[in-house]
Amino acid sequence: MSNGKSAEMSIRQRGLSDIAIKRMFIMPTIVLLICINIFPLIWSLGLSFADYSAVKPRVEGVNPNWIGGKNYRDVLMDLHIWEYFTITARYVIMAVAGEFIIGFGIALLLNRDFKAKGLVTTLILLPMMMSMSIVGMFWRLLYNPGWGIINSMLGLGDFVWLANPKMALIAVAITDIWMWSPFTMLLALAGLSAIPQYLYEAAEIDRASWWFKFRKITLPLVAPLLFIALIFRTMEAFKMFDIAFVMTGGGPGTATELIAINLYRLAFAQWNTGKASAFAYIILIMIIAITNIYIKYLNRAKEM
Amino acid sequence: MKVSKRLLFFAVVTMILAASMMVLMAGGKEKGAPKEKGMPAITIFWAEWDPANYLQELCNVYTQQTGNTANVETTPWSDFQTKAFNEFAARGDAYDIVVGDSQWLGRGATQRHYVELTDWIKERGVDKSMAAATITAYAEYPKGSGKYYAVPVEGDACGWSYRKDLFEDPMEKEAFRRKYGYELKVPETWDQLLDIAEFFTRPDKNFYGCAIYTQKDYDALTMGIENVLWAWGADLGDYKTYRVKGVLNSQDGIKSLEFYKELYKYTPPDWGNAFFPENNMAITEGLAAMSMNYYAFFPALINPEMNKYADGMGFFAMPKGPKDQIAALGGQGASIITYSKKQDAAYAWLEWFVKPENQAKWGELGGYTCDLKTLKSEKFLNMTPYNRSFMETMQMVKDFWAVPEYAELLESCQRRWHEYVVEGKGTAKQSMDGIADEWEAIFEKAGYYD
Repeated sequence: MSNGKSAEMSIRQRGLSDIAIKRMFIMPTIVLLICINIFPLIWSLGLSFADYSAVKPRVEGVNPNWIGGKNYRDVLMDLHIWEYFTITARYVIMAVAGEFIIGFGIALLLNRDFKAKGLVTTLILLPMMMSMSIVGMFWRLLYNPGWGIINSMLGLGDFVWLANPKMALIAVAITDIWMWSPFTMLLALAGLSAIPQYLYEAAEIDRASWWFKFRKITLPLVAPLLFIALIFRTMEAFKMFDIAFVMTGGGPGTATELIAINLYRLAFAQWNTGKASAFAYIILIMIIAITNIYIKYLNRAKEM
Repeated sequence: MKVSKRLLFFAVVTMILAASMMVLMAGGKEKGAPKEKGMPAITIFWAEWDPANYLQELCNVYTQQTGNTANVETTPWSDFQTKAFNEFAARGDAYDIVVGDSQWLGRGATQRHYVELTDWIKERGVDKSMAAATITAYAEYPKGSGKYYAVPVEGDACGWSYRKDLFEDPMEKEAFRRKYGYELKVPETWDQLLDIAEFFTRPDKNFYGCAIYTQKDYDALTMGIENVLWAWGADLGDYKTYRVKGVLNSQDGIKSLEFYKELYKYTPPDWGNAFFPENNMAITEGLAAMSMNYYAFFPALINPEMNKYADGMGFFAMPKGPKDQIAALGGQGASIITYSKKQDAAYAWLEWFVKPENQAKWGELGGYTCDLKTLKSEKFLNMTPYNRSFMETMQMVKDFWAVPEYAELLESCQRRWHEYVVEGKGTAKQSMDGIADEWEAIFEKAGYYD
């Protein structure tokens, strides 16, 4: 103890206090975060007010050419982009609702003791551990009318999924649901297993029905974790790129042209960096707004 | 035993520094350090396909002969453009040579990512030794200016493969004659091709008439439609004035698009996202009687290990349309990258590559050389069942706009054509009118009308 104190004092004498050491340890992470996170964020915000292409040589006044809010106006006035927002909204609703219902349903089924429960849970979690591009690739094959297993199992003959404008978005959403329902299930299961058993026992004594117990005990207590799952899945579905791009490339026509795919085209095919930055900020603001609504409900659920 | 905080702090700092030094040293060794003899190793960037493997084999010969190393780095086609231009945007020196698409020339030249090779090419007579059409398509920007930014590496164009065994089957021939009143043979016109596609479409047997390009990403669908667009006498626009209205959306243009949609009816189901792998697969999996593809992808079709119908494969050039016979150009040229720190080594490789004996070797390995002498040799023409048809095709090729704005132009036509052909939205006229409007707006913004 006394040795420790004297060592501390000798460090202090040389100007290295505990706080200074802590700061020095944290410093590399802070610097790294500023370099790879904060700086690009501020830089791209600046670029969103310029007519700028990252592949063109920099010539002051030409590239970048500062044009104020024109990029934002162009994005918001572009009817195609609003069409892509609508498609994305439909996709988010389908995918998140599906994941929520299936994930929560599986969690309710798994929230009891049975043989090989661990193994079953692990197997159900496998899809979300896979690469999104790989999932997109093999679901593209599964949907193939010629040799795909889906049509064969459902007896749909040569029913067309991905080249069918009415089915393509649904097909991509089904793939997303298959991949990410386990995530909702995992969080719901964590919430369900944390509910004290005595609440159910008390309800049993009062001869409460299954529906009453579900509505008054299960749902309110698991709600905060379900909201967290919803927040994550909504954010992810809103910026979905990999699966849709690999499965349909945004087609047929514009049937699966999600905003993330269109942003990619704008930023990396057309190299319209300024407009793409403005578009990205609009998406960011939308995601923050939606997340805030969820968080508001999450806080309410916690208070209940 | 207690370790003082000071000692711990210095231990951590020393470890971080040591690790950083090791990383830097390792990186340094791999990147910049010249080899002991000759030039430093160069990296040639290309898309992931068979010709890139052939080029690596050629580079191995280069190493044996000169002691210098050239490595071919590849990435999937869907990622090729993005990855290359990401590196250009970062002014990165990861690639010393890029074997880029012909459409990239405008952007590469005007945005100064490519080194100008005009003097180098003229001094070595490369502009004379390579086929004129390929020099214009793969090397020259602006067209007709005599300024060169690349050396043609892989000449390529769209052609057709077909199941000769079916075309020569007496029963099929008889049935075809009864239905259409003429003999079943390699189609000479697009109308004949449509008849044959219809004839072989048998959904009950999971067999279809043809496989065509339909993918929305990058340029696939456009490359397919171009073949009929030009054959019907329309064009992408006026290449001198950059005016599009009245040229692209002419009656001929609209009819050609309607024809392509008609052809789409005879493709296998779910064929709305097809490019070269799918179109080769249509043959290898016994799904279609005819398949449109670039010649560079045909080697797989005559390989019995990859195609059980390899022995019965035939190939033909683009058929005639009502007004013309033209094939969409593919292929790429090698450009030295401005940001490369090993430009001398890159020049040395190009110098070796353009030598006639190495061009002959390139052709033997499976590459589509653009070297005139090699192309015209009987040896090359008889090397594969499709080389002769390739020679015919290279006499009638045409390319997409090679302007710096090509990606924006592609985005517009890919979207609108995909909407019409695959999604079935709107009419051919609406599709063509929409593209003409959008293209003129792009040209106007870029200052072509000033």
